[in-house]
Amino acid sequence: MAGTVLFFLFAGFAIACAVSMVYHRNPLYSAISLIGVFIALAAIYLTLAAPFIAITQILVYAGAIMVLVVFVIMLLNLDEDKPLNRLKYLYAVGGGLGLALLAQTFFIFYAVLKAPKAEVDPNMTAGKTMSIGRAMYTEYLLPVEIVGVMLLMAIIGAVILVRKMEHPHLELVGEGEDEKE
Amino acid sequence: MQPGLESYLALSGILFTIGAVGVVYKRNAIGIFMCIELMLNAVNLTFVAFSRYYGDVTGQLFVFMVMSVAAAEAAVGLGIIIAFFRNRLSVDVDDASILKY
Repeated sequence: MAGTVLFFLFAGFAIACAVSMVYHRNPLYSAISLIGVFIALAAIYLTLAAPFIAITQILVYAGAIMVLVVFVIMLLNLDEDKPLNRLKYLYAVGGGLGLALLAQTFFIFYAVLKAPKAEVDPNMTAGKTMSIGRAMYTEYLLPVEIVGVMLLMAIIGAVILVRKMEHPHLELVGEGEDEKE
Repeated sequence: MQPGLESYLALSGILFTIGAVGVVYKRNAIGIFMCIELMLNAVNLTFVAFSRYYGDVTGQLFVFMVMSVAAAEAAVGLGIIIAFFRNRLSVDVDDASILKY
C-alpha cells in the first residue's frame, strides 16, 4: 500500500514539474522545475529497488548536468522568451504529436494491464550495486569501454567548440577564404 | 504492495509526451535541450521498471549508459549553445534557421 501511495505522490510531482518546465518562459524556472522532475524520478527509482540508479540520478542529473545548465543560463544572462510568433502550423504539429503519443501511452497501459502479471520477487537483488558492478565489468565490458571513449570525444568536442577563434566570422564561413589571404 | 508495471509505463509515456511537445513549442535552445533531457529520463524510467519486473540487471546498466550519453550531450550541446550565442547574441532557435553565417 505504501508503495502505491509513494508512487502516485512522486508521479504527480514529476508530471506537475514537467508541465511547469514546458510552461515557464523564464529558462531558470524551467531548469529548477526540471530538477524537481529528476528528484521525483530518483524517489521512484528507490521504490523500484534500484538504489544505485537513484543515487546516480541525483549525482549526475541533478548535480552535474543541471548545474551546468543553470551555469550557462546565468553566464549568458538570458531573459524571458518572447511570446510565440512562430509559424501557426507548429501549434497543430505540437498538438497532434502530443495527442498521438498520449494515445500510444494509453494503448500501452491497457495492453500491459490485460497481459498476464509478472510477479515481483521481493528478495530480488538485481538493483544492488554489487550485481550492477559485476555485470558492468564482465558481461558488458565492451559497452562500458565504448561509453568511456564517447565521454572523451565529448570533452574534446566541447573544448574545440568553445575555444576563442581569432577570426570567428571568417572561420565560420569557410576555411577556404582564410587561405586566400 | 506496488503499483503494476503499467503504471510506470504510463508515467513514462506521459513524461515523454510532455518532453516531445515541449521540443516543438519552446523557442529557447536551452529549453529544447532540457526537454530532450526529460525525454531521456522518461526512457530511463521504462528501463528501470522493466528491469524490476523481469528481475534482470541489464536495464539498469543501460540507464547508466543513457546517463553517460546525456552527460556528453550536455557538454557538447551547451558548447554549441555558447558558440551560437557568441555569434548571434541570442539563443532563440528561430535565429538559427539559416545554418550558414
